Amino acid sequence: MTTTSDITRSIDARGMPCPGPLMALIGAIREGSVGDTIEVISSDEGSKTDIPAWVSKAGHRLAEVDQQDGFARFVIEKAR
Amino acid sequence: MPARVVVLGGGVGGTLAANLISKTLGRDAKVTVVDPTGMHVYQPGFLYVALGQANGRWLARDERTLLRKDVELVVEPALRIHADAGTLQLERGGSLDWDYLVVATGARLVPEQVPGLVEGAQEFYSLEGAQRLREELRRFRGGRILVGIGGIPYKCPPAPVEFVLMLEQELRRRGIRDRSEVTLLSPLNRAFTIESASKLIQPIMDRRGIGLSTFFNVESIDANAGVVTSLEGEKADYDLLIVVPPHRGQHVIEDSDLGDPSGWLPTDRATLQVGKHERIFGIGDATNLPISKSGSTAHFEAPVVASRIASLVRGTAPRENYGGKVMCFLETGDRRATVLRFDYEHPPTPPQPSRAWHVAKWMFNRLYWETVPQGRIPERRPIERTEP
Repeated sequence: MTTTSDITRSIDARGMPCPGPLMALIGAIREGSVGDTIEVISSDEGSKTDIPAWVSKAGHRLAEVDQQDGFARFVIEKAR
Repeated sequence: MPARVVVLGGGVGGTLAANLISKTLGRDAKVTVVDPTGMHVYQPGFLYVALGQANGRWLARDERTLLRKDVELVVEPALRIHADAGTLQLERGGSLDWDYLVVATGARLVPEQVPGLVEGAQEFYSLEGAQRLREELRRFRGGRILVGIGGIPYKCPPAPVEFVLMLEQELRRRGIRDRSEVTLLSPLNRAFTIESASKLIQPIMDRRGIGLSTFFNVESIDANAGVVTSLEGEKADYDLLIVVPPHRGQHVIEDSDLGDPSGWLPTDRATLQVGKHERIFGIGDATNLPISKSGSTAHFEAPVVASRIASLVRGTAPRENYGGKVMCFLETGDRRATVLRFDYEHPPTPPQPSRAWHVAKWMFNRLYWETVPQGRIPERRPIERTEP
C-alpha cells in the first residue's frame, strides 16, 4: 500500500458529483510533474470506471484502488 | 450606523446580490459595488455573436443602469482584500471598509497556459474572441473544424456542445456542410459533463454526423503545422481550431491569499461562506464549488447570500441555504433547445429538444436586462424529478 509520505498530492473529492473527481485528477496531472503520486478519494460510483479508463488512456499508472465503506481511494502515478 | 456591505464584481451574481441586499435592508445597509470596468456583460450571448446570429451591441450595458439608486458604484479595479481588517484596497490608492463582503469576481481566461493557443486557435469565451471567430467563420470555405477544451473547470459547460450543434446547422445553411467536418474534442469519456444530458445529446450529434473524440484534453497547439496535441498523448489535424481557454480565479483573490492553487475561493456549498471568514461570501464563477460555472448558478446563489447577510445585520440566525440549483438552456441547432434543471441531489432529466425551449431561450436573452439583475424572476421551487 502506498504510504502517506509517498503521496505528492491528495484530493478528497468525497461528496463531489460525477465527473468532479475525474476532473480534479486531470487538473492535478496537468499541474504535476512526472513521477508525482496523486491520491483521489471519491464517493462517486462513476469514478470506479471513469478514473481507471482515463488513467489507462492517458498512459499513467493506476498504482492502487482501495474500496472502503462509502468511498474509493485511487492512487495514480504520473508516468509521462 | 448602517452595515457597510461591499460587493466585489458587477456581473450577474454581484449585481443581483447588491440589489437584493439594498432592497431588503433599506437604510440599515450601505451597499457599494466595486467593478473594474463598470460594464455589465451578458456572456451567454458570445455564442450567437461567434455564429453571426447577433451583434455585440446588446451584450453590454452600463452597470449603473442595472443597480438600485441607493447602491453606490465604484468603477475601479480592486487590488487586495484584507479579510481580518475588513478593508478592500483599490488600485488608485483608496480603500473601502466593509462589515460584509460579497466576492463575485468571476473567472479569468488564461489562454497563455496552453502553448500555441493564442497563435493557433480561436475562442468564443470573450466578446473580442467571438467577434474574431465570426470573421474567421465567414472566410471558412470547408475543411476540418475541431472544438476542444483547454482546461477544467470552464464556464458554461453546455457552450462547446451548443457551438458544434449550431455550427453544423450554419454550415448546412451555407451549403458547405459536405466539404466540412465538425468534431468535438471532449475532456471526458462522453460528449457532456453530466451523464443524463450526454445521453440526450450524443445521439443528436451522431445523427448529424458530428464527430466526437473522448478523453481529449487540449495540451498544446502547433499553429504552423495545424496540429493539436492532447494531455492523453493524441494528435489531431485541423483547418480551424476553436478552444475554450483555461480559466483561473481573479488576481485579487490570489493576491489576497484567499484562493486555492487555481485562484478559486474555498466556499461552503450550503452557506456560501468563504473559508472561515464569517463575513465574506462567494458567488458564481469565483467559487471552488463543484457545480457549473454559469450565470444561472450565480443567479440562484445571490438571493441566498443576500438573505444570510440580511439576517446577520438584523442579528438573527441565517436560515437560507444554497441547494446547488442551476437551470440553463442548451441550444441544439435547427431552432430547437432543451433545458437542464438540477441541484446537488438531483441530476437533470432534460426533455427532448423543442421549438418551445428555443423560443424560451431567446425570450430569456431579450428579457435578461429587465429581470435577472433586479431579482424579478423569483425561482424558489425545489427541483422536481420529471420524466425526460
